[in-house]
Amino acid sequence: MIRISGVGKKFGDREVVSGIELEIRPGEIFALIGPSGSGKTTLLRLINLLDRPTRGSITFDGLNTDGPEHERLAIRRRMAMVFQKPAVLNTTVEQNISFGLQFRGMERGQIRDRVTRALEMVGLSGFSKRRAVTLSGGEMQRVAIARALVTGPEVLLLDEPTANLDPLSTGIIENLILQVNREKKTTVIIATHDMAQGQRLAHRMGVVMDGQLVQAGDLYEIFYHPVNRAIALFVGIHPVRGGIVESNEKNLATVAFGGVRIQAITALHAGEKVAVCIRPEEVTLALPGVCTPASSARNCLDGTITHLLPFGPFTRVNIDCTIPLTALLTRRSCEELGLVKGRQVTATIKATAVHVIRDT
Amino acid sequence: MEEIIAGIIQAFQLIISLNPELLEVTALSLAISLSATAIATLIAIPLGGLIHFREFAGKRVLITIIQTLYSVPTVIIGLVIFLLISRSGPFGFLGMLFTPAGMVIGQTVLILPIMVGLTITALSGVDRNIRDTLISLGATESQSIIQVVREARFAILGAVILGFGRAISEVGVAMMIGGNIRGATRVLTTSIALETGMGNFGLSIALGIVLLIIALVVVLIMNLITSGALAESDRIRGGPQA
Repeated sequence: MIRISGVGKKFGDREVVSGIELEIRPGEIFALIGPSGSGKTTLLRLINLLDRPTRGSITFDGLNTDGPEHERLAIRRRMAMVFQKPAVLNTTVEQNISFGLQFRGMERGQIRDRVTRALEMVGLSGFSKRRAVTLSGGEMQRVAIARALVTGPEVLLLDEPTANLDPLSTGIIENLILQVNREKKTTVIIATHDMAQGQRLAHRMGVVMDGQLVQAGDLYEIFYHPVNRAIALFVGIHPVRGGIVESNEKNLATVAFGGVRIQAITALHAGEKVAVCIRPEEVTLALPGVCTPASSARNCLDGTITHLLPFGPFTRVNIDCTIPLTALLTRRSCEELGLVKGRQVTATIKATAVHVIRDT
Repeated sequence: MEEIIAGIIQAFQLIISLNPELLEVTALSLAISLSATAIATLIAIPLGGLIHFREFAGKRVLITIIQTLYSVPTVIIGLVIFLLISRSGPFGFLGMLFTPAGMVIGQTVLILPIMVGLTITALSGVDRNIRDTLISLGATESQSIIQVVREARFAILGAVILGFGRAISEVGVAMMIGGNIRGATRVLTTSIALETGMGNFGLSIALGIVLLIIALVVVLIMNLITSGALAESDRIRGGPQA
């Protein structure tokens, strides 16, 4: 649907995004995730043809987007964008939602029908005569979404659509996004700094850091196989540094951290300096002596509990096994095992759950 | 002192009796300055919009020049227009020197900079996100200019009022282009200058009072429009803007 090749954008001397290579497939929900200020908004603005890239090219449905302004307008009218800070014009809600259709020269009666349906869709029926500037943040964001959807876009661009919204409004908006994607086959690109939101909505994800698309792929790849430490941290894994690949036989490697050895699946060769990423939910805990490796591809590490942190219905357990590990257990199993600070436990991790990244 | 008091008394007599000469001068003043303001508005809003929305080399310099021209002396505009439309000038064939039409042109040129400049300022006051939103919604350049201008309507109205104020109160253009011809190009300000010189203080004061009344009426109309607009937006449920 959209192909971005070698795109870079400079503002003054500063290159805000660079070397972006990305293909958005028709009908998918693609999440751009990354910390605030990483260049997600710049990328969305380039896709919406609001700005021109300083390098590289973007094609939309096979069309070159670098043409004169009237060609770009024709392409832009096949998309709609919702900005992070919704801007509403100082007029009625109804009028605000009509703009896109008015600009396209649609006839009045038809506009009214469409606007009414769009308002119903976002749950704001009865708001049509309200002055838009008097709405709450969540309501304004929903007006912005209705305004985007009413034009029936092939591609919907959303820039942090739920940042600063309460969980209820967030839920309404997320459901709406999923519904539009499902029912109208609208391609959706959503920029978010919220990993969990990316997980809830997206089919595929791209991680943007410091203006670069550092990793793109399906959710599993990004959550379990982050390509570097920054992404690992961002997706909620604390990488353990200071490892060296001791041996590697057909991708089953042994990584040594001083005296502690961990088996993992990786293509990295012996002698490489590495960090390992282990998702807390992949670590199971047992009382000492209970662990019997079912196969060689399973790690058993003895350690001492250093900290317990309640986490909703779960508890995060930090264990010192010479290397620091974190396990995520349900609160109930934590109580059943009688886990307290200072207690000796054995942590079990499958070799396939250990992700190894090169550490420089 | 006696002269002044006598002048004020005479002034009120002239106004109350609806002195024909006073009415004629007032009507011409209004006609010329309103025409100039209307023409300048038609030029200033699109022009201000184009300058504000387009990015081009020398934009800052252009805006600085426009702002400098806010305080251009009226006699300089008078001189320039005089040279252009006098018999021997490039537009001499139009025969507009010493006609109300020439005065309208002169006043239009005079107030154009301040109206363009204040229009640009008014448009700059509109949130940048509004423009991005409009463009993203598929607006053409002119469609987005129209909407942003609507968004800045009250500030732009202020620019128009200020332009009218400058037009009706100026003497330089009216004197040099109009020539203060009785019954043809004599307006309030040139009359005051002339009558004062001739010692007719009563008429001068009367004319001055009329000028101030016009200013008052303009302010009242502006307030009416703004409050009317506010009432309209109050009717749209939700009350005044927070």
